[in-house]
This record gives sequence, structure tokens and C-alpha cells, in this order.
Amino acid sequence: MTATGTSAGLSAWRFALVGTPNSGKTALFNALTGSRQKVANYPGVTVERKAGVFQTASGHRVNLVDLPGTYSLRGRSPDEEITRDVVLGRLANETPDLLLCVADATNLRVALRLVIEMKRVGRPMLLVLNMIDIARRRGIDIDLDKLSAELGLPVVTSTAVRRGGTEELLRRIDELAAGVSNKTAASASIGNTWAAPTTAELRAAQREADRVIKVAVGEPKRPDTLTGRIDSVLLHPVAGLLILLCLLFVMFQAVFAWATPVMDLIEAGFDALGAFAHDALPDGLLQSFIQNGVISGVGSVIVFLPQILILFLFILLLEDLGYMARAAFLMDRIMGGAGLHGRAFIPLLSSFACAIPGIMATRVIDNRRDRLTTIMVAPLMTCSARIPVYTLIISAFIPNTQVWGFVGLQGLVMFGLYAIGILSALGVAFVANHLFVRDGGMPPFMLELPDYKLPRLRSVAMGLYTRATMFLYRAGTTIFSMMVLIWFLASFPRAPVGATLPAIDYSLAAILGRWIEPLLAPVGFNWQISVALIPGMAAREVAVASLGTVYAIEGGKEAAEQIGQMLATKWSLATALALLAWYIFAPQCAATLAVIKRETGGWRWMFVTFFYMLTLAYVAAFVTYHTAVALGWG
Amino acid sequence: MTDNPASAVAEQRTPLGLAQRGFCGRIEAIVVTVGSGVSASEVERRLIELGFVEGATVEVLHEGPIGGDPIAVRVNDTTIALRRREAMAILVT
Repeated sequence: MTATGTSAGLSAWRFALVGTPNSGKTALFNALTGSRQKVANYPGVTVERKAGVFQTASGHRVNLVDLPGTYSLRGRSPDEEITRDVVLGRLANETPDLLLCVADATNLRVALRLVIEMKRVGRPMLLVLNMIDIARRRGIDIDLDKLSAELGLPVVTSTAVRRGGTEELLRRIDELAAGVSNKTAASASIGNTWAAPTTAELRAAQREADRVIKVAVGEPKRPDTLTGRIDSVLLHPVAGLLILLCLLFVMFQAVFAWATPVMDLIEAGFDALGAFAHDALPDGLLQSFIQNGVISGVGSVIVFLPQILILFLFILLLEDLGYMARAAFLMDRIMGGAGLHGRAFIPLLSSFACAIPGIMATRVIDNRRDRLTTIMVAPLMTCSARIPVYTLIISAFIPNTQVWGFVGLQGLVMFGLYAIGILSALGVAFVANHLFVRDGGMPPFMLELPDYKLPRLRSVAMGLYTRATMFLYRAGTTIFSMMVLIWFLASFPRAPVGATLPAIDYSLAAILGRWIEPLLAPVGFNWQISVALIPGMAAREVAVASLGTVYAIEGGKEAAEQIGQMLATKWSLATALALLAWYIFAPQCAATLAVIKRETGGWRWMFVTFFYMLTLAYVAAFVTYHTAVALGWG
Repeated sequence: MTDNPASAVAEQRTPLGLAQRGFCGRIEAIVVTVGSGVSASEVERRLIELGFVEGATVEVLHEGPIGGDPIAVRVNDTTIALRRREAMAILVT
């Protein structure tokens, strides 16, 4: 039924936000839709589709999508292709009734060139001058009527980050859309004359934009000197690098130090819950399932939520602040030595939290080879899921002593594991670059350094919330089902009556583990480790819980509480070190491999990544084990 | 020390890729001779899209920590980071 007449009965309008990167497009999207937004993927590609709903001043419903930022409609990367296809109406059910073209009012030059390019598409368009408050403060005098007349477009101002900053926009949309929606039916024949612009056309568009600016915009009376002053320190050849290093150090320190109290709390909570379940349920299978399978399994993963959130907090803050582009600037040559693009710095940094967002962030690299190299080495960065494994083994096997009087040996080993991860990533990138045949050398590195802006609490909180729900969802589905599987493998078949060995020795897990053991024995792994590595494929951190489950079922309740202490009695130091070495390189988890397959568009690079990492893991564990044995640690 | 008269210096086009920190000037032409992984015309298009067109004012604000590369360039009101290699295509006076 098609409803007409009353505004409540009208079908919702479909708008799309388009604009250059750093135009404050996402801030405007957040301001308009608030919490009524959801993030999904466009069908068939891994480009994030951010969609939300808002109401105009008159109460009309609008479906809004936030398109990936772009400097042109030429579609140089998967993200930009989505923007192009939506704007041109090539994607089914995505064709917008109205384009909200967002421009940073303090930086109109590049934005207006894009507007002029987009006018050729012929779709109804509204120019939103965002961050108008900053522009006014700097004394940039924009004559909206003249600008509108010169461009032949309605123009409206907004301050996305301030309450009420979008009121005028909401009011104007009603007036405009009323006229537009009548023509929506004709949107198939919008008179599109857009074609990928030539250099001459781009020049002409930029000249036109400059002409419009000359007519409608006054010179800024108070240019932004703050960004310049900050940059003279943060981009200083020596001080800038030192500050970047300090920042990374503080970040990792925070991940470990700040998270500990919360993690202890979560751990205590799950222990209490497990004890409660133990007391409440009769001894037997169900009790074992709830306590060892469900509660300790899920608990051992959720405990890492604080660390993941702290890491993402830093990444989101630095991104909103505008520092990430500076980090790429500082690191370009250093990473270039290994054949990595400066822009790879951000994806690789994100990979310290988790390789999945890191690999997804490689979309900002438009050259395919650079992107592939970055994707392949991203899983070598020490992700937060390795932390539990490292922490467990280090605390069990590395004495808590001081070296050189002030550095903790445990912390040093942890730092070493991170360092090996980074160095091997650089090494692999270097080798990969020499294997690929380069046509015409390094692709260009060009990046806008946006003015610094104070991060908005709301948008950071929203980003963190998304990350937290994604992690909990994963913990609740993949990880949980793996834990149940491991518990099942470790519990069945049950030990025969009168069995002399611990019950687990009769289980499927033992059978499976003994089957893999010969393959892993040369690197010093016993069958328990072999079993734990299987669910570790689902998520690395599960290996800890699995070891706990395997040994808890073997040794009873007390053992489960002290996995670490118990491991120290069961494994040799050589085995423990070999497992650490294995974990630096091990091709896990399955989700990462799946993302690699999606992002590279096929199985090939996934298998390349899987086998090169497996080989490195095996060799590293082998060498570590035999060196340790030779040193008498076997 | 060259004794070129000031007027001759002003007309001399130099690549932005050779400019030192603090250099201020105007873009005379964009001439891309080598593509970097992508075609020369693609490099040219990207430069234009970031605002590097004839007539724009440029200032080299910062230099990278190793070999003074990349450089951060103010183009009218935008700051763009780019490598000296690509900046060689931007001829300035």
C-alpha cells in the first residue's frame, strides 16, 4: 500500500551523506541519527554501511547513510567505489532522494571542487557547511546567498558537534525535500552527465571552485595558528618521533596497568559465579558443563574486554584528534624501508588490538600491492588475544626478577614478544615486496593533515560501544560454542569404571591430541597443548581456557584455579618458550583468515598468509625448543 | 652564491620536491613525468584533487624525520603530506 497525504503516512526519504575525508561527515551523521544507527556491510563487499534514521522538523522520517569519504567519484578504492555507485544510483535500493554534501567550512577549496564534480550527476543536492562555528571564530566570512547562487545549490550551515547545531539543517530539509520527493519517481532519469574527469576537467573544476570562493568567501581574519604551533612540535624530526614512541609506550602501559583492576574484578566475578554453580548443582555432567565449559570458558575471554577497550580508546582519541595522519607522516620513510606505505601505520597499529579491524582499515591504502602486503603482515602484530596466552606462560615460567636493577624480567619478555612481532612483520613485508614485481616503484603517499580538533566524548563513546558489542557478540557466539566443543571433547567418552588414569586420558580430546602430537612433538608440545591449539583457531585466547578445561578436568577443581602454577609443574621451560614462539607467528584466528579472504577477494592470499605463518610458527617453535633444550632448560 | 638578478630567480621554476622547510611560493605547473606505481595522469589527478593546481600558493611547513621526506605542504588553506618524489612534479616559483 502506498500511503500519501499525511506526513506520518509518507514513506521515508532516503538521503546520503557525501564529502571529503575530515569534513566532519561522520560527526554530522552521529548528530543527526544519535543512537539510531547501525553498522553493517554492503552486500558482497566489506565496506561498512553506516545507516541511521532521523526526523525532520516536521516529523518526516529520513533514512540516512554515511558514505565513505572521498575526494572524487572516480572510485580508486573499494570504499570510494561504494560512494560512487550510491551517488550514481548503481546500487539497488540505495539510490538517494537527496545528497547531503558535507564541506568543512574552514576548508572549502577541495570540498567545492568535489561539489562541482557531483553536480554533474544531476541528483538533488544540498550543501552543508559544517564546522561553521570554527569558521566564524576564525573570521571566515561566508556569504551563503552568494555561495548558493554561484553554485546553483541550496546551502545550509551546521555545527555537528554542538547541541542544536543541526536545527537549521533539519528545517531546510523539509522545504527542500518537499519539492524533491515529487520528482523522486523520475530519479532514474536525472540527466547524469558525470564521467570520470580528465586532468583538464579537474583543473577547470578547481578553478571554478576558486572563483566561487573568491566571490562568496572572505579571507580568514584569524587563521588557525594553533595547529601550526602544535605541529611544529609533533612533526619535529626528532621530538616528533620521540613523542610518537612515548605515546605508543603509554598506550601499551595503559593496556596492561589500567586494565588490571577491572580484569581482576571480572575474574573474581566469574570465579564466584562458577563456585555458585558448583554448589548449586549436583555433582555430575551438568555441573561440570556449567562450571568448566560455560562459566570459566566465557569468563576467560570476557576478561580481556577492558584491555581491548583501552586500546581502542587510544586509537579512537588519536584518530578524532587528527594525530593518526601525523603518525603516518612521521612513519612513512621508516616503514618505507620495509616496503610498507605510510598509511599502513594506522592499520598495523589497530592490529595491536585485533587484526580484524586492522585488516579492514587497510582500505585507506588505494594501491593493491601495498594493501596486500599490509594485510599479510597485520596478523603478525601482537593482537590483544595473544595477551592472555603470553601473560599466562610468562607468569608461570619467567621468574619475577629484576634485570639491570630496574627492569622486570617478565615485562622484558613481554616487550620482546611484541618486538619480535613487529620486526618479523617488517621482515615479511620486505621479502614480500621483493617477490612482487613492482611496476614503476613505490605508489604515491599523499595525505591531508587535518586541523587538530578536540575529540568529542560522544563520538568516542559511540565507537567504544560498537567495539564492545562486537567483542561480546564474538565471545557469546564463536568463542562460546568452541568452549562447549572443547568441554565435550574433553569429557566424552567418560572414563571406564575402575580407571586408573585421570578421566581426560580416555576422552576424545586425548585421542585427537595424541593423533596430532607426533607432528608437534618436535617442537616440544604435548598432547594437551595440541588439543588446546584446535579451538585456538576459533580465537587465540580460547587456548588458555582450553588448557584450563583440559587440565581442570584432568586434575579437579583446584587445578582450574591455578592453571599457571600447574603448567609450571607439567611443562618444561623449553616447551613454554616454544609455545610463546609459536604464538608469535601462529596463523590464527579463523576470523582473521576469513577477513583476509573477504578483503583480498579470494582464497589465494588467505592460503598464502596461512602457510607462511604456519611455517614461521613451526620453525620458530622448533628453533626455540631445541635451543632451550641445548641450554639445559628441557 | 649565484648572482642572478631577482627577476630571473622569480621566473625560474623549481620542483617543490627540492624545496626546503620554510619555502613559500606559487604553483606554476604540474608536470608529472613518472608514475609511481600508478599512471602519471593518475598521479596528476590526485595532486589536483588535493588542491595542487596552477596559481595556488604553497608553503613547506614540515619535513619528515628521515632524509627530510615526506614533506607537509600548505596549499592555500589545506595541509597535505606527500613524498618529495611526487612533489617533484609540482613546479613552483
